[in-house]
Amino acid sequence: MITVEHLTKRYGPVAAVDDVSFTVEPGHVTGFLGPNGAGKSTTMRMICGLTPATSGAARVLGKPFPALANPGRRVGVLLDAAAQHSGRTGREVLTLAALMTGVDRRRIDTTLDLVGLTDREAARRVGQYSLGMRQRLGIASALLGDPEVLILDEPANGLDPAGIRWMRDLLDDFAGRGGTVLLSSHLLREMEAVADRIVVIGRGRVVAEGHKDELLRQAGTFARSTDDGALALALRQGGVGVEELATGGLAVEAEPLDVGRAAAAAGVVLAELRAADSRGLEDLFLELTADDARAQTRMEVPA
Amino acid sequence: MTATTPTRDTRTTRAARATADLRPVSFGTLTLVEWRKQLDTRAGRWMLAVIAIVTAGVLAVMMAVNGGNHSFSAFVIGTTTPMAMLLPIVGVLAATSEWSQRTALVTFTLEPRRTRVGLAKVVGAIGSGLALLVLTVGLAALAHLLVVAFRDADPAWDLTLHAVALLALTVVLFMAQGVGFGLLLRSTPAAIVTLLLVPTLFGLVGGLVPGMAEVLPWVDLGTATEPLLFGGTLDGAGWAHLATSALIWVVAPLVGGLWRVARSEITSS
Repeated sequence: MITVEHLTKRYGPVAAVDDVSFTVEPGHVTGFLGPNGAGKSTTMRMICGLTPATSGAARVLGKPFPALANPGRRVGVLLDAAAQHSGRTGREVLTLAALMTGVDRRRIDTTLDLVGLTDREAARRVGQYSLGMRQRLGIASALLGDPEVLILDEPANGLDPAGIRWMRDLLDDFAGRGGTVLLSSHLLREMEAVADRIVVIGRGRVVAEGHKDELLRQAGTFARSTDDGALALALRQGGVGVEELATGGLAVEAEPLDVGRAAAAAGVVLAELRAADSRGLEDLFLELTADDARAQTRMEVPA
Repeated sequence: MTATTPTRDTRTTRAARATADLRPVSFGTLTLVEWRKQLDTRAGRWMLAVIAIVTAGVLAVMMAVNGGNHSFSAFVIGTTTPMAMLLPIVGVLAATSEWSQRTALVTFTLEPRRTRVGLAKVVGAIGSGLALLVLTVGLAALAHLLVVAFRDADPAWDLTLHAVALLALTVVLFMAQGVGFGLLLRSTPAAIVTLLLVPTLFGLVGGLVPGMAEVLPWVDLGTATEPLLFGGTLDGAGWAHLATSALIWVVAPLVGGLWRVARSEITSS
């Protein structure tokens, strides 16, 4: 469980994170979504006590992160996979974390196995790792302490499609066992595949929060008929918004039942009638952050 | 790298272990981890190896010149100048590598009590320094043994425990100073240059200013530690000079560095 309340971070006059509040529930994978520079990483660093908040508070498992005794055993954190000493071997990185948190050294092998790093790869220095291997090592070190909560910043970055699939299964499994997962990404497709709850942030503010399916569901109906023109006319006469699609068919701002009634009344034969396609996360994302983008452009125009 | 499908072990169930038995990371553990971090990279191992090699080199030269006729304590003293130059760098690296290698992010999420991490670095660095001092004294003893055995030098096992204790004190000061400058400046080159140049320049410039000659011993660590490094003794004024100059060049940077680490933002860039 992670609780973020009115978290704000100002750098001079600029608010990198502006009054952000959300909760991350156990048993779910919560995606933290936003364009680059939206404040995702700053928020995550504030949650982990690395960046002091200007105002507001974040609690992990009911406490501010720095107040957790041996936080490595309660919360697995990966904030930057590249942030490892290039001269250490992968195994040494995990050994240091195991020594620090008091985890049984045998768990190093279990965890390496879990993230799919071989003994030979673990014996190589991190400087020779690909970004994907660093991500796996970072996830290994997050999982090492057998935590209840995972906080991962852009963990899919650098993973190939098989790696993303693997991570989705891993996080599903973790959440399925009652774990709490917060992961950030600007990669919408990965997020669509991995997360079941989503918090969208744009220019430091939360612009949407909720269940993925709810956020993606789009109001309206798609209809196709033997005479789209006549159907559109009938619907418009009833005061309903209609858009004739270039690809054929109508996008109607009404429930399917109402469209069916209108078709029956107008004597038009329906060929297809269903709720509108759920929009992709990408559309949602662009729509939600469009206002911010415009506001920014306006600000940049000299007065 | 294989894409294994995780079926278990991402986390054990809550019943499998109690959260209550989790204790905070102890200072001893932190110190051992910080000490290990000084030795588990090539850079760190090389730094210590270079010091050992330089020490051995100085001893070899001393064995060759002047008929090798040097006492045990002369051999030890001969090695202290390179030690004094290089040891603080070990302390600097212990601190700056967290930023130059960006590991601070991981270190301070595993132990958010940052001041303890900084102090563990100091203690770990002192451990490395004292281990090197023991090695140096051992090598000096070997060198003296060799010149006595093979070059007919007069045996003079004259190193006093007092002199060793003063050397150990210097090591403690230099290591703490290195970590302090490292924590304060966070950049390896900046910290090393500052550490080696500033006190020297300070001493030089201070010497040129009229009236500074009397003040200098109180504020120049180089002057104050000279008797410690070269087998001298300290009188009351000497101890007072050491105390004030260590306050300026060791305690102040260390406190400043710890304060900066405790307050600042830890980022990955």
